Amino acid sequence: MKKQKNLVWGLLFGLVFGFLLHKGGVTRYDVILGQLLLEDFTVLKVMLSAVVTGMLGVHLMQGMGWIQLKPKSGSLGKNILGGLIFGLGFAVLGYCPGTIAGAIGGGALDALAGGLAGIILGSGLFAAAYPRLKTSVLRKGDFGDLTLPQLFKVNEWVVILPLSALLILALVLIERVGL
Amino acid sequence: MDWLTQGTWSPYVVGIGIGILSWLTWLVSSKPIGCSTAFARTAGMLEELFRGKQAVDRPYYQEFTPQVDWQWTLVLGIVLGALAAALLSGDFTWQWIPDRWAAAFGTSIVIRVIVALFGGILLGFGARWAGGCTSGHGISGTMQLALSSWISAVCFFVGGILMAAILFKLFI
Repeated sequence: MKKQKNLVWGLLFGLVFGFLLHKGGVTRYDVILGQLLLEDFTVLKVMLSAVVTGMLGVHLMQGMGWIQLKPKSGSLGKNILGGLIFGLGFAVLGYCPGTIAGAIGGGALDALAGGLAGIILGSGLFAAAYPRLKTSVLRKGDFGDLTLPQLFKVNEWVVILPLSALLILALVLIERVGL
Repeated sequence: MDWLTQGTWSPYVVGIGIGILSWLTWLVSSKPIGCSTAFARTAGMLEELFRGKQAVDRPYYQEFTPQVDWQWTLVLGIVLGALAAALLSGDFTWQWIPDRWAAAFGTSIVIRVIVALFGGILLGFGARWAGGCTSGHGISGTMQLALSSWISAVCFFVGGILMAAILFKLFI
């Protein structure tokens, strides 16, 4: 019963997320490529305002003892190489795993017929390659679930407040330049 | 209620909305918003369908059980939520070729689908390699101040900007 409730909550959160992504225009190939070609900064505006809003809220809630965050662990081999491969695919496909679901909902058939199949295939290929990668490149430069405050050995708010200010400043500058 | 039928919202309204949504997913479900693991679980479920139980013996599927979970229904919800938004604003359209693609590379459906398939393979492979995607690392992970997510998010855009420049500036 609890599991089914969980699935329903997932669906509801997904509905809102998909609604927002579509209204933001970021489920569109043209908008995503516009960002990667540095002509249209809609994607960055959505992401950075989500990060600032989310960051303030989730750390406040953790401070109140309401939630327990789970930062992902990683390594240089994992996040740099994986991130770059993802980036190449991001530009070739023009959607990412979240926005492609939204693109399909909006009627994008290239996303449905090509991209979706590709992402599933790529994930399956990774599962097949995983045993070999796990013991080699994915372990290179392992840093565990280190967070930025831990890295700089400071209180988390010493990172959160200046970082929020910096990201907002970046957004103001982007608007100022007219991007 | 005009805002519901409006074509596009300010990116800041949308971003702040996603930020608030992330508070709720933590509060209600103790989970960050993320998408790419759902595709890996789907790959496992399909492999099980075609190859039988032995497929799930893969070490990767021992860690990420091929089954419908919270994140899987979240991704399904994205499809439906975007559909609802598109219908409400009247901009739902079946489209094979995005405008920008057509302007640069022409209107062949076959070429676009093959390229999208290839891009999808890279994207899926890279997301699993990095352990997250634009939402799991790019939004949920960076807001948690995870080093892994900040490195990943920067590399997503470095790789993406590089490849977009190669495709759109060198090829044509």
